[in-house]
Amino acid sequence: MSGGLLNISGLTVQYPTRFGVFTAIRDVALSLEPGEIHGLVGESGAGKSTIGAAIMGLIASPGFIAEGTIALKGENLVGLDQAAYHKLRGARISMIFQDPQTSLNPLMTIEDQLVETIRQHSKLGFTEARQKAINLLLDTGIRDAEARLNDYPHQFSGGMRQRVVIALALCTEPELIIADEPTTALDVSIQKQILALIRKLAKERGIGFILITHDIGVIAEITDSVTVLRGGQRMEHGPTPQVLGAPTHSYTKALMAAVPRLDRKLERFTNIMDEEAPLSTPELSWRVEGASAEFAADWLLAGEKHSRSDGPALDVRGLDVTFYGARPFAFGNRQGFKALSDISLSVQHGQVLGVIGESGSGKSTLAKAIVGLVRPSAGQIMFEGSALPLGRDRPRHHPARRKIQMVFQDPYSSLNNRKRIEDIIGEPLRFFGLAQNRAQRRQLVASVLDLVEMPQRAMLKYPHQFSGGQRQRIAVARALVARPEFLICDEPTSALDVSIQAQILNLLKDLQQTFGLSILFISHNLAVVRQMADEIAVLKNGRLEETGPAEPFFAAPSASYSQQLLAETPSLEIIAGAA
Amino acid sequence: MLVWWRRVRVENEALYLFLRSPVAQIAALVAVLTVFGAILAPLIAPTNPYDLASFDILDSFLPPAWVEGGDARFVIGTDDQGRDLYSAILYGTRLSLTVGVCSVLFAAVLGTSLGLAAGYIGGRFDAVIMRIADIQLSLPAILTALLVDGVARGIMPREQHEELLLVVLTVAIALSLWVDFARTARASTFVERNKEYVQAAEIMGLHPIRIMAVGILPNILGPLMVIGTVDLAVAILLEATLSFLGVGVPPNQPSLGTLIDIGTDYIFSGEWWIVIFPAATLITMIIAVNILGDFFRSVLNPRLR
Repeated sequence: MSGGLLNISGLTVQYPTRFGVFTAIRDVALSLEPGEIHGLVGESGAGKSTIGAAIMGLIASPGFIAEGTIALKGENLVGLDQAAYHKLRGARISMIFQDPQTSLNPLMTIEDQLVETIRQHSKLGFTEARQKAINLLLDTGIRDAEARLNDYPHQFSGGMRQRVVIALALCTEPELIIADEPTTALDVSIQKQILALIRKLAKERGIGFILITHDIGVIAEITDSVTVLRGGQRMEHGPTPQVLGAPTHSYTKALMAAVPRLDRKLERFTNIMDEEAPLSTPELSWRVEGASAEFAADWLLAGEKHSRSDGPALDVRGLDVTFYGARPFAFGNRQGFKALSDISLSVQHGQVLGVIGESGSGKSTLAKAIVGLVRPSAGQIMFEGSALPLGRDRPRHHPARRKIQMVFQDPYSSLNNRKRIEDIIGEPLRFFGLAQNRAQRRQLVASVLDLVEMPQRAMLKYPHQFSGGQRQRIAVARALVARPEFLICDEPTSALDVSIQAQILNLLKDLQQTFGLSILFISHNLAVVRQMADEIAVLKNGRLEETGPAEPFFAAPSASYSQQLLAETPSLEIIAGAA
Repeated sequence: MLVWWRRVRVENEALYLFLRSPVAQIAALVAVLTVFGAILAPLIAPTNPYDLASFDILDSFLPPAWVEGGDARFVIGTDDQGRDLYSAILYGTRLSLTVGVCSVLFAAVLGTSLGLAAGYIGGRFDAVIMRIADIQLSLPAILTALLVDGVARGIMPREQHEELLLVVLTVAIALSLWVDFARTARASTFVERNKEYVQAAEIMGLHPIRIMAVGILPNILGPLMVIGTVDLAVAILLEATLSFLGVGVPPNQPSLGTLIDIGTDYIFSGEWWIVIFPAATLITMIIAVNILGDFFRSVLNPRLR
């Protein structure tokens, strides 16, 4: 198989380290026609970005290409010296990065950035270059391009900025563009527009795209062909509908099964990592005496039974949150920013309320208001029939502090890196006086670790010795050990790979069913919310757009904003039809 | 044991870099020798410079042993009172190091707690602490030390002052160094306090002091340790400077600063050894500590690597 634009064969990239040679990419082949969009998909550490860097000749030292060829229109790029590569980069191969915030120089107007790049690579005079910049901006969908040329990057919104980045990549009329997670930092509606733009550019200009992403929805939406990577090796490749619709490799199958579906709710996800579970290692055989998942389950269930009143577990009435900036000098009123206005919603006992919203919609502020980190300016929060004191008025020993627990978004910052897992999980036990002595505390910590499917021995280690998914399990264990009745999960899986996300969602579902927890589940990902929620609340710019039971919502949302959100989420339906 | 081994393995990044850096190894060797020399001074010094009976004014101004007119009893010569310079330097290093380490510890405790609290509590408390720090910074360190010493002299009876001279000196040096710790601790705390583990502790209702001491403090220790080593060099220098200026340690207790002070009086009359040897000791020690500080900084801050 050979492509008209780009041919990679037998590519192997190695990094010598002091522990031996690490092979990041092993024997990967890939080919691309002009105008084709090729997706590279895989989980973190699969080597997606390394392939991009190899094509650009930008593999960070001490890494090097050990074997293989990269040929652009028949010309081999491997072994090219830096000067020759420098001419090639930009001129024939361009790159679009993930974060439009950092890929533009904040101190230069976009005119300067565009014109400089154009003139660097061509002999155009200033006025012609400027005209070309305007045309490019118009092509990438920026209206009033001429008027906006003198703006600085911060004056553009995230999506607009990404358009500028794409215009910048187009400046030199490249044949190949490598887009590394170009839409990951963007909201779904903007993602949809950017993907459409990439599609259009590929079609109209015949540019070959290599699209690197972890999001299978994006792959399904726009790519022509796809390569599935895992651990630096190619698992499966071919035309997108074929690979995603009828995967032949077991990894691809498992990966597809782990992707939360927007079109239906699953009971459980298939566990990708099953094959890797070690059967008996010292790691697993280390146990605290008397500790087991059953013990933890019994203990958690033995906690004081919530008085099943008829009312909802949590009832938020007319909640307003306003953030104030610094007070202007001496006089004048402080300018407030309304993060939430007039939010009313309730969570029934043993139910999961999914809160959906784009960035800036006030999802996290809602969570913070409930746990007392943020003080609402108006409204009431009722928990199990009685009003919770708001913000800092909530006493440190208020019972709700134990009954309401939270799982955070970023497992890398939610655990204290300098404490052992035993102390991290033991802290709530100690603070709430839930264990009589140290031995019992140890037993409980070990049991809860068992419950969240972690080896008991993990309690002796420090957080940095665990992966993101394992850390999130530990965070869940810490929340559980307080014997909560209400759990707030703020984007608990958005920092995780799909396979890990599937495991964490499974875990949360199991725990919710076993212990009858009420959960407020916050996410921007509709497909994830669909898998978890019984009820739905949609937030937009701090206002409640819609609430209601989940199933009717996903079948036919009533608010126009919800309809738009659902339509814009990239989904696997195209592929599902083929399957 | 296992836990301990794991920690060593975790930290072996530092060990690895250390084993590859001859400069850091030499600096560490010098530092260790200095510390041992200081601790063991009463055992290895041939004479006791505190003991007035042990030296003789007739031995004064003897040059080093290898110079003509030198005396084999005094390897690197004697000072104006007939004290053996080698012994005096050993005891002097002991005093300088003690004052340096104590004042850095004092400054670290004071500065870290104020900076941590300022960073965590924020608002008015932060503003007040940091303005005090700004005022402190606008005074040169020596001026602060002179000021403390002057006040102490003023309010204490003379005999008591003599006794407490070393304490006054330590406090004076610490007061001019705490700002470094406070600022670093505050800046790191700002970063840490927005992390979710701190929020998790707040949601639970943990006492703020526990959140600060058990939660945040271990996470900000890295940069503070770097400040500590660098400031140790500064403190030793300050002590030497103050002693040189005559407001430091009493003249009958030799510190490196007082020895250099004595030496400068005679440098033009040909008795060069009285100033050269203490000064060389001081410089070697300061350079070694500074190199170690820089090494820690680069090991603990991955961005500088």
